[in-house]
Amino acid sequence: MDAIQKRLLEQVADLHEVPQGAYSLRVNGALHGKNNSENITIEKKTDQPGIDIYIKPGTKNESLHIPVILSQTGIKELVYNDFHIGDGADVTIVAGCGIHNSGGGESEHSGIHSFFVGKNAKVKYIEKHYGEGDGNGKNVMNPTTVVVQDENSYVEMETVQIKGVDSTKRKTTAKLAAGATLVVREKIMTHGEQLAHTDFEVDLDGEGCGAHVVSRSVARDNSRQVFLSNVRGNNRCSGHTECDAIIMDDAQVSAIPKIEANHVEAGLIHEAAIGKIAGEQLIKLMTLGLTEKEAEEQIINGFLK
Amino acid sequence: MLELRNVSYQTDDGKEILRNVSLQIDDRFVAVTGPNGSGKSTLAKLIAGIYTPRAGQILLDGEDITGLSITERAKRGVSFAFQQPVRFKGITVKDLISIASGKKISVSEACAYLSEVGLCAKNYINREMDGSLSGGELKRIEIAMINARGTKLSVFDEPEAGIDLWSFNNLIQVFRSMYERTRGTILIISHQERILDIADKIIVISGGEIAAYGSKNDILPELLNVQAGCRFTKEVKA
Repeated sequence: MDAIQKRLLEQVADLHEVPQGAYSLRVNGALHGKNNSENITIEKKTDQPGIDIYIKPGTKNESLHIPVILSQTGIKELVYNDFHIGDGADVTIVAGCGIHNSGGGESEHSGIHSFFVGKNAKVKYIEKHYGEGDGNGKNVMNPTTVVVQDENSYVEMETVQIKGVDSTKRKTTAKLAAGATLVVREKIMTHGEQLAHTDFEVDLDGEGCGAHVVSRSVARDNSRQVFLSNVRGNNRCSGHTECDAIIMDDAQVSAIPKIEANHVEAGLIHEAAIGKIAGEQLIKLMTLGLTEKEAEEQIINGFLK
Repeated sequence: MLELRNVSYQTDDGKEILRNVSLQIDDRFVAVTGPNGSGKSTLAKLIAGIYTPRAGQILLDGEDITGLSITERAKRGVSFAFQQPVRFKGITVKDLISIASGKKISVSEACAYLSEVGLCAKNYINREMDGSLSGGELKRIEIAMINARGTKLSVFDEPEAGIDLWSFNNLIQVFRSMYERTRGTILIISHQERILDIADKIIVISGGEIAAYGSKNDILPELLNVQAGCRFTKEVKA
């Protein structure tokens, strides 16, 4: 890998070199390298681009890295990654996409990630999106995530998009069986003329299942954000969706949370707040010696931490 | 050390809050008291630079700071503890104490500041400065930030407001030890006799003017005597 590719890898996966353990690294539209571990097997799909990942039942404390790097301008790709997580496994999956676009072409990575999570399995999924480049070409990422959770499984998703992605359309759907829990934490910052559109659809099908979908975002300059979420309670369950946005400059933010109860014991809550940085927060930090600009950065960094 | 020369302030809609206030503060611990709405908090905010006076000058160690921003005053050694501590999403207690001290601090240094205000540090250090903390906890952390700054002038706007009696007893102790340990000047706005009782000097503000300014021994007995207390306000109204 060259220096640019290494830097992108560091941004999206906190990695300096190819990782230890199981990994699959995709660079400029082709599989760059992969490694299986005793419990995690990665197989290249034969019918379409992408991989199948099999995690053995009972696998404990293992991690899997699947970063994607695009450093040539004008590459457009669509990949399908399917994760089959065995019963009782406990794993961390780090995905992420970094684009360096220094040309005039549009670079686009669209990943469709499907998670089939076995009974009592526990998954932590971390996904970071990062773009950079000095050309006019746009960096586009359109991730789709499908989560199917079996009984008493636990999935925690952390998605972060802080810089350099011109356009993103994110779609996440989840179906939960009895006793399953889903926690989603989304963090987005848009600037310039960027557009970020996120859409969550969660079906709480099983008895005693629950979901928290929490989005925190900052919209600066002329950027636009749309947050949609629909949590359906189809059984005795609990669901919570929250969108909290800081709006700055000439940005626009829409938050459209929706909850739908189809069962008398479904407990559903939605919260949405959009507002500029509170003046008293700026003043407080200025009395501690920060300039207004430094105070603003501090507030945003904390909010998106 | 701190001097106000003929300072006046009025709100945007023209309501006069402070009228021609002149003050010289040279003592280490000065309390400002007076009825609600008399202009005490406004005075504190004018000193911190949050409000700008309509007329008059504010001097710190002889330097005219009237035209300086909040940040510039903070850098010259003015600290301000809010009456209602500000809440932040995602910013931890340790982050704020670190910002206040102006440098990256270790966990044990941050803990020391929290212990001084009677908080068990390990329970708080990584907490977010948000609605999950009680009013009393937020107030103490606010004071810990001022301690961490260690500036030459610390202004406290009603530190006792919104805290329970148990916390209040500790609060008095916090100010006593701050007085003994530090070398800076403490200017504290308060209605509480027990806080006034540890001050070197007391300033009484009423109706936007200084009604009295003198040593604790001169002012406090009169303030506590209802009739004499009225004398201060009568003088202003006359």
